[in-house]
Amino acid sequence: MSLLPDNRGAVADAYDASLDDDVSGRSLTQDALRRFRRNRAAMGAVFMLVALVIAAAIGPSLLPFNYEDLDWSAFRQPPSLSTGHYFGTDQNGRDILARTLIGTRISLIVALVATAVSVVIGVCYGAVAGYLGGRIDAAMMRFVDIMYALPYILFVILLMVIFGRNIVLLFVGIGAVEWLTMARIVRGQTLSLREREFIEAARASGLKPTQIIVRHIIPNLIGPVVIFATLTVPEVVITESFLSYLGFGVQEPLTSLGTLIAEGTDVISVLPWMLWFPASFLVAMLLSLSFIGDGLRDAFDPKDY
Amino acid sequence: MANGTPIFAIEDLTVRFATPEGEVSAVNGMSLSLTAGESLAIVGESGAGKTQAFLAVMGLLASNGRATGRAMLDGADLLAMPPHELDKYRGKDIAMVFQDPMTALNPALRISRQLTEPLEVHQGYTHADAEKRALAMLKTLDIPDAEKRFSQYPHQLSGGMRQRVMIAMALLCQPKLLIADEPTTALDVTIQAQILELFADMKARFDTALVMITHDLGIVAGLADRVVVMYAGRIVEDAPVDALFEDPQHPYTRALLGSTPRFDAETSELHAIVGQPPNLQRLPPGCAFHPRCPLAIAECTAAVPPLTPVAGQERRMVACIRAGEAA
Repeated sequence: MSLLPDNRGAVADAYDASLDDDVSGRSLTQDALRRFRRNRAAMGAVFMLVALVIAAAIGPSLLPFNYEDLDWSAFRQPPSLSTGHYFGTDQNGRDILARTLIGTRISLIVALVATAVSVVIGVCYGAVAGYLGGRIDAAMMRFVDIMYALPYILFVILLMVIFGRNIVLLFVGIGAVEWLTMARIVRGQTLSLREREFIEAARASGLKPTQIIVRHIIPNLIGPVVIFATLTVPEVVITESFLSYLGFGVQEPLTSLGTLIAEGTDVISVLPWMLWFPASFLVAMLLSLSFIGDGLRDAFDPKDY
Repeated sequence: MANGTPIFAIEDLTVRFATPEGEVSAVNGMSLSLTAGESLAIVGESGAGKTQAFLAVMGLLASNGRATGRAMLDGADLLAMPPHELDKYRGKDIAMVFQDPMTALNPALRISRQLTEPLEVHQGYTHADAEKRALAMLKTLDIPDAEKRFSQYPHQLSGGMRQRVMIAMALLCQPKLLIADEPTTALDVTIQAQILELFADMKARFDTALVMITHDLGIVAGLADRVVVMYAGRIVEDAPVDALFEDPQHPYTRALLGSTPRFDAETSELHAIVGQPPNLQRLPPGCAFHPRCPLAIAECTAAVPPLTPVAGQERRMVACIRAGEAA
């Protein structure tokens, strides 16, 4: 009886000391990132994507060939180490490696800008509709339904026809189509969030609706938005490739992965390397983005752990 | 402490909800008043309308709810205000502590950010000043390691600590009226005692009028100056706390006191109130309690008994035609 309290005290002190090590604020986001780092497939995908980004960013300036220059000594060359055209050349003697890297750069830029546009519009629109609810919500979501019903390709083509072919317009056009799904997801999340007690508490402390949306709703949306944004990126890349394939994308001599693949498919039986290289870059990019999106979804979903 | 002019008064408050099955009256003609620094307990079974009455005052009713009557705070009618006007009072002059501290804090924001928010919104403090005040308030509320807790997220705090944070948040703007909706229901018994002590201490220190909504009579005895007993949306008895425990007038109050477990009593038997609380859509005619009342007579079904002063006792009212009679 005399020893017990002393003993317990020592144990409890040691326990308290061990608790002190790692207690400063670790948010849900930080927890999720920790889980993400343990996901091997997702981390592999991150390295792959970083490699692609670096290659697209600085690769073209390291190469001896420019993506638009013709090499008069090498038309329709297969990949070869001796000529320096490691990925071969096309019918005009342009280096496929340089063109693939430039195409990757353009596709990545389109993906990032269009996704950013869709996230900004989608989150604002969805959070406002979901939080206000009632008739305003109904009207706003019917507008989304109508936009959904329009064939988006037609929409982008109309934009191109009216404003002329322009790469900025391509970003905006794709982003303006992709935000619809984001708005729906964000609205659904907001509908459930606004019934939570902490939103009631925020109202009870006299915050205006705009303050509640900005300060309380949007921080709670980060998980689903980040996940959906990473899943939007591949979609945007595919859309851009499709539009380029149709001839509405970037203009020659500039190129994108979609355009390169379109050119490659025409000559697949005679110059197959013109298809395989850009296609494998696109596949690598889409796969790594999808793995990252999946990894984030798992990391942000506490039910899985 | 319980004298002076009222700072807060509810007059003839009625709350109705439109449901697909018809209209439901959650609160019927409720009137009460509070003086500065007074603490009032609202007691009643689930569904008696205690919470809805004060959600209505705060403008937080569900979208199908409608409140009529008046809720006067310092001469301004809270019920008549448009929402943006009400925002100037909510969180500043009138604050609320919610039942479940587990869900009433935003999980994505640090404690510091949630505490400083009302100060920055209502009193125009700079962020640094607001942080200083908020941290000082946490220390006042005896939160151990306040600096560390301040930078943490809600899920890193225990239930009792979160409820302290909620109380800190409510007190930071030094409200004239603090509404606590079953603030200890979600906590375990030892923490309950601490939180109640904290409320008593804070009430004395900040001279805040306190409305404590509860179904726990133990809380009432320790903390309240006055008790309002509600049944089926109406006030059935309004009395100073000692008088209520000594000499309950309404049969429902008596039944409620009789059904509370007591450790000093000789028998271990628990008395339940027979029957069920009434369906709010089809209230029995007359006094809503008569189907369960041991004293009920034919006249009880004739009309709703009005809340009338009890003869010879100050500030004491009861709504029963057979008030005070023995069973």
